[in-house]
Amino acid sequence: MTIENTAAVTQPTTAGPAGDGSAPAVSPRIRRASVSTGRQRANRRENVAGYGFLLPWLIGFLGLTLGPMIYSLYLSFTKYNLFAAPKFVGFDNYIRMFTEDPQYMQSVQITLVYVLVGTPVKLAAALGIAMLLNYRNKGSGFFRSSFYAPSLIGASVSVAIVWRAMFSGGGPVDTSLSFFGINLGGWVGNVALVLPMMILLAVWQFGAPMVIFLAGLKQVPQELYEAAEVDGAGPFRKFRSVTLPMLSSVIFFNLLLETIHAFQVFASAYIISNGSGGPAGMTNFYTVYLYKRGFADGQMGYAAAMAWVLVIVVAIIAFILFRTSNRWVHYAGESK
Amino acid sequence: MSTIEVDQAEAFQVQTQPAPRRRTIKRKTVNTIIWFVVLASITAVILYPLLWLVVSSFKPSSEFGQNPGLIPDNPTINNYIKVVEGIGGIPLWRFFANSLLIALSAVVGILISASLAAYAFARVKFKGVGILFACMIGTMLLPIHVIIIPQYIMFQKLELIDTYVPLILPKFLATEAFFVFLMVQFIRNIPRELDEAARIDGAGHLRIFFSIIVPLIKPAMITSAIFAFIWSWNDFLGPLLYLNSPEKYPLPIALRLYNDASSTSDYGATVAVSLLALLPILIFFVVFQRFLVDGVATQGLKG
Repeated sequence: MTIENTAAVTQPTTAGPAGDGSAPAVSPRIRRASVSTGRQRANRRENVAGYGFLLPWLIGFLGLTLGPMIYSLYLSFTKYNLFAAPKFVGFDNYIRMFTEDPQYMQSVQITLVYVLVGTPVKLAAALGIAMLLNYRNKGSGFFRSSFYAPSLIGASVSVAIVWRAMFSGGGPVDTSLSFFGINLGGWVGNVALVLPMMILLAVWQFGAPMVIFLAGLKQVPQELYEAAEVDGAGPFRKFRSVTLPMLSSVIFFNLLLETIHAFQVFASAYIISNGSGGPAGMTNFYTVYLYKRGFADGQMGYAAAMAWVLVIVVAIIAFILFRTSNRWVHYAGESK
Repeated sequence: MSTIEVDQAEAFQVQTQPAPRRRTIKRKTVNTIIWFVVLASITAVILYPLLWLVVSSFKPSSEFGQNPGLIPDNPTINNYIKVVEGIGGIPLWRFFANSLLIALSAVVGILISASLAAYAFARVKFKGVGILFACMIGTMLLPIHVIIIPQYIMFQKLELIDTYVPLILPKFLATEAFFVFLMVQFIRNIPRELDEAARIDGAGHLRIFFSIIVPLIKPAMITSAIFAFIWSWNDFLGPLLYLNSPEKYPLPIALRLYNDASSTSDYGATVAVSLLALLPILIFFVVFQRFLVDGVATQGLKG
């Protein structure tokens, strides 16, 4: 189908009496000219339709995403408390962050531990359990749904309240551990245990990546496993040489989204620490600290600079993942 | 799905020799039993916090920290009676109504704006579609931190703090790219011949969108609606930033009131209200789990 054809039939009412298609006895030259204006008109009509449909998104993108991004970049070079006009201070916020703010450095540290430990553990659990579910079709639907449930509610305030109660002293976790002779007491107030507790809360929500892994596993051609078996491959070899390469694009997707997601942990840490980020700053995750600096202390410029550091870090991580992906991500239909 | 199973079973039988067949069948049964036991134990661990939440909401506050077991020694519904009265002179139903209003507006906004944008990305060949699509995908990776501060300043200058506008307006502008992407994937799977047939019959993009695409993307719409509802229902940061008056609070922020007022003395009430706040989502989940799980599954895979 040609484009000029579409133009003639798309909207006959607005096309008007000009009707480019209805010129049977014109010379080839004029005809060519009318075809090209027809194509232009078709293009224009597609453009009008495209931007028309896209208008709400476009307003949102420019007004609520791109515009604010640029504005916050500007703010990050100022001192601004919402009341007086922003005062330009150059790189002061950025320098202060890395040289004079131990709270910031601690916040970066615990957030990195949370992301770098929590995300791989979560994805490993997701992949392992997805493979377990994939072993058998019958009956796996119930388990799949049950395991997915925490992903849906994990970020809610209710779950944070439950988590805190479960891990507090004399709560179910503490009591069951003491049954095995491990007396840790409450995890919530314990400087060494509160971060592992937050990581467990993240790992508990392995269901969303698991569902994506499972969908990926279902698409792995069964012949590959059979061929590997014929070649004498054991379960581990099959996992390494068939499952992992065939799932690599899904692993890539999950790794990217879950990493970025993990950097943004907020509600659970805020509720569990009553907004303090304690004990001793051990739940003062990046977003919690940014919120405290920007909205509780009114240091909008500093908070904006913090946000931009995070954007750069996330961009670097995404860049590294994309860059290295052509080395380890295998797309179906490609030869290795 | 069942055909795959049959294929596997056949392949299995072809490979095994007839002689040790009974033994393999036996081993298969044993494997299946182990499989069930392992998965059932994982389920028990994963769902324990929810079970604990349900049962503990019937424990009197004095039992918290004393009775870590699942079963309350003296079950009571006092927690619920106390919680329904509300807090700070505001009845509990008010927080529910606020949450419902925000969540339903979010659903309507997202369904309209995301489906329109998705149609443009998937079906219209306009200038700049490539770069704008890349921008849309890019916003999925963007940390929210970088836009919440300027957005807050903007809404403050517009004197919209302590209204629902900052929470609802972005939904009508399709700022959550997840939904746009989900629908783009879905529309791309609809055969183009349908559009082209309609086009030959003289239909424009609007007609094609409303009479062909919208009816066909119903499953994606349902998935999006459920996710939009649940995410809005759970949202904590948004209302925390923008709402100041307690009578406007949705549940997550109201929970904090209960939590702060009673964390030392009245754990029972906090737990009960936590469960009530989760209940709509749990019901949604039980009813619509297929849509949710399949929606997530398609998100990660092309086609």
